[in-house]
Amino acid sequence: MDSAVPLFQMEGISKRYGGVRALEKAELVVTSGSIHAILGENGAGKSTLIKVMAGVVAPDEGRMTMDGREVTFLSPAAANQAGIVCIFQELSLVPDLSVADNIVISDPPKRFGMIDRKAQRRIAEEALARAGAADIHPLALVKDLPLSRRQMVEIAKALARKPRILILDEATSALTAADVSKIFSVLKRLRSEGLALLYISHRMNEIAELADQCTVFRNGRNVASYKAGSKSDNEVVELMIGREYSHIFPAKPAAVPAAAAPRLEARKLSWTDRLHNISLTVRAGEVVGLGGLDGQGQRELLLAFFGVLRGLSGEVLIDGKPVAIRSPSAAREDGIGMALIPEDRKTEGLMLPMTVRENLSFAALDRLSKGGIIDRAAEQRLIDDMVGLLAIKTAGLDIPVGALSGGNQQKVVIAKWLMRQPRIILLNDPTRGIDVGTKQELYQLMRKLADAGAAILFYSTDYDELIGCCDRVLVLYDGAVKRELVGAEITERALIASALNIHGEESPVGLGARA
Amino acid sequence: MKDWRYWLAEQRGTLLALGIFIVMFIIYTSNHPAGFTANVVQTAANKGVLLAFVAMAQTLVVITAGIDLSVGMIFLLTNCLASWLVVGTPMQTTLGVIAVLAVGLLCGAINGAIVIYGRLQPIVATIATGAVFYGIGLLLRPFPGGSVNEDLADAMTGRVFDVVPASLVALFAIVLVIWVPFSRSVLGRAAYAAGSSETAAYMSGVPIRRGKFAAYTLAGLLAAIGGLFLTFFTYTGDAAYASGNAYTLFSIAAVVLGGVSLFGGKGSAIGAIFGALAFRTIGDLLFVFDFDPLWQPLFQGVILLIAVSLGAFALFRVRNRLEWFL
Repeated sequence: MDSAVPLFQMEGISKRYGGVRALEKAELVVTSGSIHAILGENGAGKSTLIKVMAGVVAPDEGRMTMDGREVTFLSPAAANQAGIVCIFQELSLVPDLSVADNIVISDPPKRFGMIDRKAQRRIAEEALARAGAADIHPLALVKDLPLSRRQMVEIAKALARKPRILILDEATSALTAADVSKIFSVLKRLRSEGLALLYISHRMNEIAELADQCTVFRNGRNVASYKAGSKSDNEVVELMIGREYSHIFPAKPAAVPAAAAPRLEARKLSWTDRLHNISLTVRAGEVVGLGGLDGQGQRELLLAFFGVLRGLSGEVLIDGKPVAIRSPSAAREDGIGMALIPEDRKTEGLMLPMTVRENLSFAALDRLSKGGIIDRAAEQRLIDDMVGLLAIKTAGLDIPVGALSGGNQQKVVIAKWLMRQPRIILLNDPTRGIDVGTKQELYQLMRKLADAGAAILFYSTDYDELIGCCDRVLVLYDGAVKRELVGAEITERALIASALNIHGEESPVGLGARA
Repeated sequence: MKDWRYWLAEQRGTLLALGIFIVMFIIYTSNHPAGFTANVVQTAANKGVLLAFVAMAQTLVVITAGIDLSVGMIFLLTNCLASWLVVGTPMQTTLGVIAVLAVGLLCGAINGAIVIYGRLQPIVATIATGAVFYGIGLLLRPFPGGSVNEDLADAMTGRVFDVVPASLVALFAIVLVIWVPFSRSVLGRAAYAAGSSETAAYMSGVPIRRGKFAAYTLAGLLAAIGGLFLTFFTYTGDAAYASGNAYTLFSIAAVVLGGVSLFGGKGSAIGAIFGALAFRTIGDLLFVFDFDPLWQPLFQGVILLIAVSLGAFALFRVRNRLEWFL
């Protein structure tokens, strides 16, 4: 390949989703025979970038060239055709088909117009062997495989398509250490065969071992490109930070004394392979943050408290007494008084076609009714209180909640739970996709509720929020609490460093059990 | 694991339906006054294949995670049409059969186009088209009547070599000509993939739309073959609303009994055929036991509930309760 013309190049690529800019004039140069790492924190634009490359989304502006010729991809199939294959995180396997069916799915071998099963089997076995996963049976159904095996099938499937550019998006996140080392040797071999590999990972040690070239993204732009190994971990973190926007966060009160009895406590909580020995405490009046990269078990931890997960091991204590919460309706009972503000308000928080009024009173109906009949007057009083407290902007209580703006929808979700006066509030990334003004109101509200005596556990993917709102932050990595930051220790640098599981200048403190 | 165990796991639903059918059929024939004779088998086969064809049609659509509530009405419409067209000289009869099958294909293609390109939900779209198909059938045959080429009809409902019911032979041939090629073609696999996970299929560049369209269209064809056989058995065309609805609902029951998942992506038409035969046999069991026929719907319902519950055991293994609702 002529080194003057890069294999693939992106110039001035921009992409907006509604008012949010995901990519802003992004540039990227990919050369064959190298492994290129893409770094950036949550929401920096990495995933949009690869979706554009893989033909999943169309950019609003900018151009892409391959071998110097301009290309546009209208679908993933078109990108595949051009030799760009992306391994998404377990997104592209069809669960009810066999491993072999999945590996050849884009272009099955044919004989007399029908799929040639013998040839398919052969191709699948070759691809699995190439991916170092010959232990997977080609006839097994994908849905019966554990996550780590599925990921290997994804990789085999990508290899069977004979890519020129292979994109790995967090492809190792579900793999065991043994698989990771196998994959690494496969990737290095592919590089020597002249492929270009784009490697997106949050694991700095993997990037150090693999990458030739690194590009850092921040706020939808590529902010730096450098030869791998030419910058220290701290410098890289520095590049990833550096956003400049400020929220008005409410002032934090003096810390709740560490001696105070915890309202909510977890002891050695574990669940399948997603949560490992999590211990933590939240006291009344405290806002405790859950930090870390997306998908490190934060969501599962909140669901575990809320009684959604089965087969949980370890103990949950409320006010010092062990409890077994077996369903969300048990979690909201008076003795426990828990509320969960879910991440996806559209499916888990609201019934969109139903009215604001109905949505508001769902969680509190048992309190508002006598003998199964709803006390309309009491309902109205409570709803009026909530609409006033949260300043919900709605044209009326009897319009469908789906007609409200995202921020006001989220307020309805929160108000719905506040109507029960919860003592423990779990928040799962509640400000995602809502406007700055509403965000500020939510921060104020959170603090107000804590001051009124609630214990709050708050997961956010936005580091500024964790810094601005929380008294303490627990950073999760791979389903375990890796670090606890208290008070002034909560800085962006410390959050990112511990989210990436690299040790900054401060040494890690004892995990959670400070009470 | 050995290859055969994977094969067995894949065929579990089909084998279970086959098992239920065999058990029911043994109970049926051993209590039948005439016993296991060619006549008894022929009668049972002729009743069973009608539902089997409609159930095959339903299977194709259910595999794509859709549902076709118009299959029973396509079945009636083609019955009414056949009672006009499948008559006369062998040449005329052949043309008539081709026309009837073409109308079935067209009905299926209309369903497919509305669901795939019109983006309507299958349940609503097919209720509406089903009413239209029924309406046309009613215009063709306001009153039961018409006729059919009796030589052909007798050949298709009789016995081959005086032993094997001809309708079963026809069913077998249709499986070979339609189902086997479909299930092994790229379009068939696309239908399965779309039913199992449409996003994953899209991301993998699978021809989802063509696969689903093929499924709906072939479903129309299979329902028309059913309609043709109905005409062979009854010698008339009859736009009987209740009968059309019953076939639609029974086809769904047969599909579920046959191990086809209503969530899509899983199951085979062969399973649905055994499901249909088993369902029919269950209905007939009451007659050989001399029960009041009034008990038939209740009895069929209970058996169906039990069979469907077998498939629900997997839910006990779910660890995240939110997955119950997926």
